[in-house]
Amino acid sequence: MLRNLLIGLVLAGFVFIFYNLYITYEPKTELTGIAAHYAEKGAVEVGAANLVTAVVVTYRGFDTLGEITILFLTASIIAFFLKLSKVDEEKIIVHRGTSELLITASKILIPIIFLFGAYVFMNGHLTPGGGFQGGAIIASGVVLSILANPNRQINHNVIIWVESISGVSFVLIGVLGIFLAGGFLDNRILGLGEFGTLFSAGAIPIIYSFVGLKVGAEISNILNKYQKSQKES
Amino acid sequence: MEYFDLGKISLLIGFLLIIIGFWGVLSQKNIIKIIIGFAILNTGINILMVSLGYIRGRTAPIIDSAVEQAENHNVLNSVVDPVPQALVLTAIVIGFGVTALLLAYAMKLFRAKRTLDINNFNDLKW
Repeated sequence: MLRNLLIGLVLAGFVFIFYNLYITYEPKTELTGIAAHYAEKGAVEVGAANLVTAVVVTYRGFDTLGEITILFLTASIIAFFLKLSKVDEEKIIVHRGTSELLITASKILIPIIFLFGAYVFMNGHLTPGGGFQGGAIIASGVVLSILANPNRQINHNVIIWVESISGVSFVLIGVLGIFLAGGFLDNRILGLGEFGTLFSAGAIPIIYSFVGLKVGAEISNILNKYQKSQKES
Repeated sequence: MEYFDLGKISLLIGFLLIIIGFWGVLSQKNIIKIIIGFAILNTGINILMVSLGYIRGRTAPIIDSAVEQAENHNVLNSVVDPVPQALVLTAIVIGFGVTALLLAYAMKLFRAKRTLDINNFNDLKW
């Protein structure tokens, strides 16, 4: 009873704070400060049609590096946490098969999902999309393949190599920016190209492709760990 | 008309989701439901941040035909704020990481005691 009362009090406090915020909130009417700079100069300086991508990959590229580091850290902690003992590792569990519909649909859909994921992260500088979204779409294809065939083994080595190579390439492109252009993760190491085409915005499509591959591999790695931990007794 | 502004509506939805998420985290007994509460809380905060960058009558911060068709024909006067959207992109990824970790912990906790009721995990309580 006391517990419910305390919960009610906390929630009422939040309602009070949010109500006051809500009635005094005045929507913005124009861009100010750094946002105005991004909107005005973004197309000229970075060459990306999608200003959010320009902010994420170039202006705030270092944050993105930290972000994929956090994702890598999550995958490592989960791998450490769900580590199987030697006995469990060698155990073989045969799951019940799934429905014919799911198996057939997954055969058709998985290549299309992977293709769509690749499209999303390669066009991140032009359309609403990017590395993280594309990587999540690719991982959803992996989820579908696990659901359709619960006994499927994901090749661990492929995941590790894709993840490592794309992570190292991302940092290397960033370091190249120091020598060839203005600074770390500067996208002007390649020409900016024609505005609004696939091969534009300098290194952004390349960086975002590596980010997409890395995110896809990391999420697949987490899924692989979850799947394997079913063996734990 | 003032109360039906898109920015205000999404602000309200964000606040509502935050309160629902807090309620779920505080009042539920099942660990999985607590994690779902965290996810709802996360979504609410993301919606809140995006709606703070909304400017009435403007389009997404992508320079394409929609911007060129805008009457004033100027990027500065026709797009919403790109900075909160970029921040939310980061926040979504962090939220994903947090949820994945919480689920791994929930799995371990279930293996330890064969139950998901939070009241049975009182080893650190005195």
